[in-house]
Amino acid sequence: MAELSVPTIESFTVTLIVRRFDPENDTEPKWEDFDVEMYGTDRVLDALHKIKWEQDGSLTFRRSCAHGVCGSDAMRINGRNRLACKTLIKDLDISKPIYVEPIKGLPVEKDLIVDMTPFYKAYLEINPFLVATDKPKKERLQSPEERARYDDTTKCILCAACTSSCPVFWTDGQYFGPAAIVNAHRFIFDSRDENAELRLDILNDKEGVWRCRTTFNCTEACPRGIEVTKAIAEVKQAILRGRA
Amino acid sequence: MSVTIEVPNRPRTRKQANWEKYGWLFMRVSGPLLIVLIFTHLVVNLVLGDGIKAIDFAFVAGKWADPFWQVWDLAMLWLALIHGTNGMRTIVNDYAGQVKVRRALTTTLWAVCALLILLGTLVIFTFDPCPAGASAELLASFCPAQ
Ligand code: HEM
Ligand code: SF4
Ligand code: FES
Repeated sequence: MAELSVPTIESFTVTLIVRRFDPENDTEPKWEDFDVEMYGTDRVLDALHKIKWEQDGSLTFRRSCAHGVCGSDAMRINGRNRLACKTLIKDLDISKPIYVEPIKGLPVEKDLIVDMTPFYKAYLEINPFLVATDKPKKERLQSPEERARYDDTTKCILCAACTSSCPVFWTDGQYFGPAAIVNAHRFIFDSRDENAELRLDILNDKEGVWRCRTTFNCTEACPRGIEVTKAIAEVKQAILRGRA
Repeated sequence: MSVTIEVPNRPRTRKQANWEKYGWLFMRVSGPLLIVLIFTHLVVNLVLGDGIKAIDFAFVAGKWADPFWQVWDLAMLWLALIHGTNGMRTIVNDYAGQVKVRRALTTTLWAVCALLILLGTLVIFTFDPCPAGASAELLASFCPAQ
């Protein structure tokens, strides 16, 4: 009988250079490199898991769903903001080391974990909830066209990849940031919502939409493919018109 | 068991009246105007006619004797300076975190802008290539002998 041949699955070694910071022992963040054996189906998150589980248990990062839904693991991978769980290693140039850093513009707490408080604060300020004064007995109706008007911005998972890719946010931490504007857009253009004017007024702030310089970093960064810069431009236009 | 979620109520305190909307609009209106103004200016001065060789004191004096070019240069002066200063103010807002530093830099910017606009406007409208009473050796060759 012919021998049963089990195909071997190709693996490769990649080097990850991770930006690390331990608030209890370090005064400055530092780079540390790790070699890991990976497969074509592995993602950056798998590499981080492998490091944490097999090499250095102290490596600290956030992740929850591991499937691009929860928005926990936005990080700077080779200089671009990505979700570690949606970035396949084989899509990166593995002939060179892969650089992994925390997202920029928010205070680093430990290794890849940043303090998201300023980000959520800006989000809360735009009233991210439906405001409707009527008390209907059944659901509020909306035409497919009305629903499509803000479809793109409903997809946000609040990962902060956009806001922390914005150079204005890096240097001027007061700026509301793309994510807050995206989530305002989601309600401003919702036909059932009654508070568009208030949100437009909030974003007409000194640190509101006019800080945006159309860099497109946010659109490039968004793991949900939201056209973030376009959404910001639409909010600017709405403020100029004085209504949604 | 049911959980009651209170109506979220977060009064906003940060918002102040501001001119950012008009600043943003101004940059977009003045930009395209500057394209026309600056490139026409460059072509007329450096390309048409004798080209770059034509430029001398008499060339400038000739242009400023014409109200059309006076208004043209005035528009270019005002728009470019306000546009440039407002652009610099944006960059100051990016990088200067402390309110005092911001205010000092912005005030300096607008003071310099106002001074340059004032001086430039004065020159455009009071320019006289052959001022009366100037000593003969300082006058341009095309001035009538006095
Ligand atoms: C030639 C035609 C010009 C066009 C079409 C133009 C257009 C613009 C626009 C649209 C902006 C706003 C950018 C934004 O908010 O994202 C801007 C910014 C700026 N412009 Fe101009 N401009 C022109 C000429 C000038 C000139 C002559 C100066 C200098 C006197 C100047 C200095 C600036 C500066 C300093 C900024 C701020 C840059 C920044 O936001 O980082 N521009 N320009
Ligand atoms: S808009 Fe995109 S990048 Fe920004 S927080 Fe939402 S999902 Fe993340
Ligand atoms: S771990 Fe949930 S989005 Fe990546």
